[in-house]
Amino acid sequence: MIDLSTTYLGLKLKNPLVASASPLSKKIEQVRHMEEAGIAAVVMYSLFEEQIIHESLELDHYLTRSADAFAEALTYLPDIGPYNLLPDKYVENVEKLKKAVNIPVIGSLNGVSKGGWIRYARRIQEAGADALELNLYFIPTDPAISAQELEDTQIDLVANVKSSIKIPLAVKLSPFYTSLPHFVKRLAAAGADGLVLFNRFYQPDFDIEELNIAHTLDLSTPAELRLPLRWIALLHGHVHVDFALTSGVHSANEVIKAMMAGAKVSMMASKLLDSGIGAVSNTISELKNWMEEREYTSIQQMQGSMSQKAVAEPSAFERANYMKVLSSFRDLP
Amino acid sequence: MKSNIITVDGNEAAASVAHRLNEVIAIYPITPSSPMGEHADAWSAKHQKNLWGTVPLVIEMQSEGGAAGAVHGALQAGALTTTFTASQGLLLMIPNMYKIAGELTSTVFHVAARSIAAQALSIFGDHQDVMAVRQTGFALLASGSVQEVHDFAAIAQAATLKARVPFVHFFDGFRTSHEVAKIFQLSDEELRSLVDDELIRAHRARGLSPEHPFIRGTAQNPDVYFQARETVNPFYKATPAIVQEVMDKFAKITGRQYHLFDYVGHPEAERVVILMGSGGETAEATAKFLADQGEKVAAIRVRLYRPFPTEEFIKALPKSVKSIAVLDRTKEPGSAGEPLYLDIVNALAENGRADIKVIGGRYGLSSKEFTPAMVKATLDELKKPEPKNHFTVGITDDVSHTSLDVDTSFSIEPEETVRCMFFGLGSDGTVGANKNSIKIIGEETDNFAQGYFVYDSKKSGTVTTSHLRFGSTPIHAPYLIEANQANFLACHQFNFLEQFDMLKYAKPGGVFLLNSLYGPDEVWDKLPREVQQAIVDKKLKFYVINGYEVAEKTGMGSRVNTIMQTAFFAISGILPREAAIAEIKHAIEKTYGKRGEAVVKMNFDAVDATIENLFEVKVPAAVTSKITRRSPVPNEAPEFVRNVIGQMLVFDGNNVPVSALPVDGTFPSATTQWEKRNLALEIPVWESDLCIQCGKCIMVCPHAVIRQKIYDEKLLDGAPATFKHMPSKFKEFSQGMAYTVQVAPEDCTGCTLCVDVCPAKDKSQAGRKALNMAPQPPLRESESKNWDFFMKIPDLDRKLINPSTIKNSQLLRPLFEFSGACSGCGETPYIKLVSQLFGDRAIVANATGCSSIYGANLPTTPWSVDSKGRGPAWSNSLFEDNAEFGLGMRLTVDKQNEYARELLQNEEIAKALGTDLVNALLNADQSHEAGIEEQRDRVSEVKAKLAGSKDARAKDLISIADSLVKKSVWIIGGDGWAYDIGYGGLDHVLASGRNVNVLVLDTEVYSNTGGQASKSTPRAAVAKFAMSGKGLPKKDLGLIAMAYGYVYVARVAMGYNDQQTLRAFLEAESYDGPSLIIAYSHCIEQGIDTSLGLQQQKLAVQSGAWPVYRYDPRLAQQGKNPLIIESKEPSIPVSQYAYNETRYKMLTLTDEARAEELMREAQHDAKSRWTLYQQMAAIHYDADGNGNGHHD
Repeated sequence: MIDLSTTYLGLKLKNPLVASASPLSKKIEQVRHMEEAGIAAVVMYSLFEEQIIHESLELDHYLTRSADAFAEALTYLPDIGPYNLLPDKYVENVEKLKKAVNIPVIGSLNGVSKGGWIRYARRIQEAGADALELNLYFIPTDPAISAQELEDTQIDLVANVKSSIKIPLAVKLSPFYTSLPHFVKRLAAAGADGLVLFNRFYQPDFDIEELNIAHTLDLSTPAELRLPLRWIALLHGHVHVDFALTSGVHSANEVIKAMMAGAKVSMMASKLLDSGIGAVSNTISELKNWMEEREYTSIQQMQGSMSQKAVAEPSAFERANYMKVLSSFRDLP
Repeated sequence: MKSNIITVDGNEAAASVAHRLNEVIAIYPITPSSPMGEHADAWSAKHQKNLWGTVPLVIEMQSEGGAAGAVHGALQAGALTTTFTASQGLLLMIPNMYKIAGELTSTVFHVAARSIAAQALSIFGDHQDVMAVRQTGFALLASGSVQEVHDFAAIAQAATLKARVPFVHFFDGFRTSHEVAKIFQLSDEELRSLVDDELIRAHRARGLSPEHPFIRGTAQNPDVYFQARETVNPFYKATPAIVQEVMDKFAKITGRQYHLFDYVGHPEAERVVILMGSGGETAEATAKFLADQGEKVAAIRVRLYRPFPTEEFIKALPKSVKSIAVLDRTKEPGSAGEPLYLDIVNALAENGRADIKVIGGRYGLSSKEFTPAMVKATLDELKKPEPKNHFTVGITDDVSHTSLDVDTSFSIEPEETVRCMFFGLGSDGTVGANKNSIKIIGEETDNFAQGYFVYDSKKSGTVTTSHLRFGSTPIHAPYLIEANQANFLACHQFNFLEQFDMLKYAKPGGVFLLNSLYGPDEVWDKLPREVQQAIVDKKLKFYVINGYEVAEKTGMGSRVNTIMQTAFFAISGILPREAAIAEIKHAIEKTYGKRGEAVVKMNFDAVDATIENLFEVKVPAAVTSKITRRSPVPNEAPEFVRNVIGQMLVFDGNNVPVSALPVDGTFPSATTQWEKRNLALEIPVWESDLCIQCGKCIMVCPHAVIRQKIYDEKLLDGAPATFKHMPSKFKEFSQGMAYTVQVAPEDCTGCTLCVDVCPAKDKSQAGRKALNMAPQPPLRESESKNWDFFMKIPDLDRKLINPSTIKNSQLLRPLFEFSGACSGCGETPYIKLVSQLFGDRAIVANATGCSSIYGANLPTTPWSVDSKGRGPAWSNSLFEDNAEFGLGMRLTVDKQNEYARELLQNEEIAKALGTDLVNALLNADQSHEAGIEEQRDRVSEVKAKLAGSKDARAKDLISIADSLVKKSVWIIGGDGWAYDIGYGGLDHVLASGRNVNVLVLDTEVYSNTGGQASKSTPRAAVAKFAMSGKGLPKKDLGLIAMAYGYVYVARVAMGYNDQQTLRAFLEAESYDGPSLIIAYSHCIEQGIDTSLGLQQQKLAVQSGAWPVYRYDPRLAQQGKNPLIIESKEPSIPVSQYAYNETRYKMLTLTDEARAEELMREAQHDAKSRWTLYQQMAAIHYDADGNGNGHHD
């Protein structure tokens, strides 16, 4: 009997495949289907503080704009409230999900203010989430802010959130840190129980006919696995937190690689959005088959087996690897 | 604080009782009664129950006529039924009111009494509407204050059930319906003990039922009709006593005693004033005041006007009375006197009191102020040996000399009452904040509180004036705060100071608070001299706060409401400062809490930042300013504009005498050009190096403030230094022409639609377009000069312009300009297009609604004239009859044209004119501008040749010769008119086959009255009366019209395809038959950023929610399918379009599951509509123009 189980953030999971934050978790039915298909845990869609503020101010703007200005129309839209605003809806969805499924539910939060991070982290905890994932989605655009200041702010934030909740805390990062290992170590020291590598940014595109910025979201491809794979392999064993690999997980192949690099779980979203929830059961059965064929007995057995610490050729993860790729390119016909 | 104290306005006070005492409520929105229906609908939507534990059923009908029909039906079937209405709405109910009364049916209609449209429409209050139903058989019960509205709503209901006579319960529109006051609320228990359940069961038992069938509503003949009409007399005779009985019972329950006539004043009064409504409050207070000073005067307030209780009136009148002045708030031209006056004269004559001298007078029409000084003037008139009869009070009538002189310095305001006035900008939230303050003071202290709000006539950049009173005793002052009476005066917009005199209201020694960009040390020098003078003379305490900066820093944007409210409490001392701040914050949480923490925080931040930015100004002893108040209109304006409109513009219209006004409601065109409103903070700036001269910016501008011209370069001589121009790229015209796009800086509202639509971008800096917004103040002077220069450049001759392309059509001068429409309005670009293409020969019938308000609300109006003095001739009849009204115009044009042609063919006239000219006139091709111009020349020739002729036919021909020039009749209105109230007429007019052009400005909601659902409202959108999202699809008006086969129909969206829009307008006008254009009009009611309105139009089309097409019956005659669908197959989901709009999005916040379901259905609607149109467009037509059912 192959043991697919793993632990992540102190949660015992039946396998290492977790649904990462995506619109799929907005619907209870979809999560239930994912559970039935075998998903081990679900990270909920992200609650964005900016979106919360925007929603609130927008509603207020349109309900009050031009009100009490013209004798015949003192209001224009009926202020029918109460309004189920994003945070309420989110909390409600966490509660509903917890009732509907047995798998762990991980809340996801992207804040902008210290007060906001803490307030919403607590509300997600109170709603019954098993863990919380903080999404440090931030594009530094101010030339006056140094890397040090930025990192200090984020560390401070993680420490603050950690001290205000009791449930385990994971931090989802972008790959763009000058010294990722150092920063990751600081995060661990600040209280992060897990690290999710990496966030995929919405990258703006250009419409060259209209000379506009085009907002599109492309789903991931398996090739995107490489970046988090390398970093988890590098960090595994050096920083004592649970790693989750996200970006490019489309099949059992990527799950296996993630495990081998040292991740506790691998997270899937694009594939589910693209091919449907059936991808969960396919991936798990492929994983099982693969392990069976190769006589692996457990997931834990392979976790970290290809990390930098464990491989025969540690330099392969460093600059030498780059040299090798270039030379292999030259060898091509 | 007592638990049964509430702070509400009159409408809510009425609705609160009516909703609890009824089962069925059928309404139709009309100002100022709309909020009653809206409250009732909102309460039912929240499942609020009536007294008997069931939720009243509220339905919005297609018109007041429809509402009355539904009420009649519901009553006949036995339900407790009510309605709310006013003005024209009540008039539309008259036929049913006769029926309801004739059948002795218990009901109460609650009416916010309003003026009737006569020489002009007015939304404001008087008794013309209720006086027009006094003959229907309804009882009329008048309340005069917010408390009385609440109380009389209950008394009327209890009385009608017992009397069986139906009641109109009325109160003064705006003055009472919109006054906010602290009142004692009637509890459910109190209402229960007032209303007898057995009477309700009896009412029910009289209802129609097949279980015990009967016939009601027979046709009667000369033999019995008369007698049957007399059967009801005992019921009417009994009614006054029943009302008094209920009033007495009410007094036992609540302690508030009312009588059919309330007599107040000296017990042995010799002079008495009699009136009803809110004026009674003023008369009562004044009579008391004068009686206390020993004057033998009194006021009698009429409560029950119909059935007129003659006996009780005589009883109410002391023997001492020698003379009476009866005041009517109505006007009946040609009558022997106004109705209340005649009733009083009659009552006295019939009861042996003909010895009393009676005079009658009119007051308060259209919410004209009625003050204690006017009451005193009326009572003083009675002292005269020969008092004026049929007088007026409150105006200066220098024509018929009816008006009484009034000593405006007379005041009875108690010293202890605190009076506060606030001048705000509509969008800054001042009124909302003041309503909040009244609630705080009314409900958190023992003080009584009153608030009344005055709005100006525009929809953007409005000035609001708030009048607040607070005091330890109940406030009986239903009139505005008068000169020298305001203890506290606040100006929330600095630039108001240079526009009009507000400090005249400040009480000497009072407080003046100014929202100022300038601090306490620099503000003095920035004030106009007149303001400095008033501050010094009146020894005002002067405070400033930079509310703009605090608002900006705290995220409030332009809403300075919370800041100014905090400053008011901080300075006025009405509440201790700390307590006041706590209460403001509490109120903020209560008002905004449900909208989310961010809104609350933003307001809290504003409160906290206010105190530290509030400063007292050390007032210098002398006036030093070199700035003086601006003249409202420039000197070059016509005399009428300078003298009359100018006076109205500085809020001094009350002092315009009768002689200054036209006798028949006729006003000159083109007056908005004289009112420089300077609303825009930023205006578009033209970059000639990038401009491709496409004309799109000109087309979309809602206010016609951006224009293009091509002209001879030589005309640039003497151009101001900053005047921009470039060589013309129009190949149609001769070389060497210059081209300019010019903005009117003082008329622009800063909506940015022109920038949004501009397609020309800088290749090296994509963010820079041929139009970019820049701050207005530094550009104001130079661009004003440029605009004046630009306007003096002659327009290109219309004959040279082929309007079939956007760029060429936009060379035509707009003859609809600078209207009071909202910034970024989605309707006005279409109206402006009509004015450009056909304005010099257009007659416009305009339905009541937004377009009639921004199109014709005084002081200034936007319909304009060209350089030859020609322009659209415009009129408004009513809301419901606009199609018929326009058809009538067409009929006259056609008839006069026919008669003119007949006269031309008269032998003698033909001889006088010459055969060539006659033939040319009769056979003129007027399908193009040149042909029309040639015909105009011929008509001039006719007039010249026949001038001086003594022949009656020749004279006739001169008088109608203009009808030989092609006319363009336009029938314009919104969806409320076209889909609902005016639909029957519209259908008939389309069916008539006559050559009229109907333009429906479709905002998918009643815009002017504040967003009530119409049949045009699409599925899934939230609107008033569709609070849980409209569950049914939008009515397809175009499809219905297409069914005739001979109606030209187009559905357009300028933001999707401006060329298609232009083409539709040209084709519709050229079609010699009825045409219907349904135009997507984005609107603030939809909850969108109007600067993105055009993009939203595009999404609407792309999603299939708004397919665009043209249906041209002429194609069928050519054997072609008349339907040309011009939108592409839907390419985005409806939700992608809809959820950019709050009207759709808010349902996802209140009922997500329903929102999803309705959006799914809306998607289905779009798809099935698309499929149907596709099939229609694919039908093969044969050469006879018949669709043969085969698909191509």
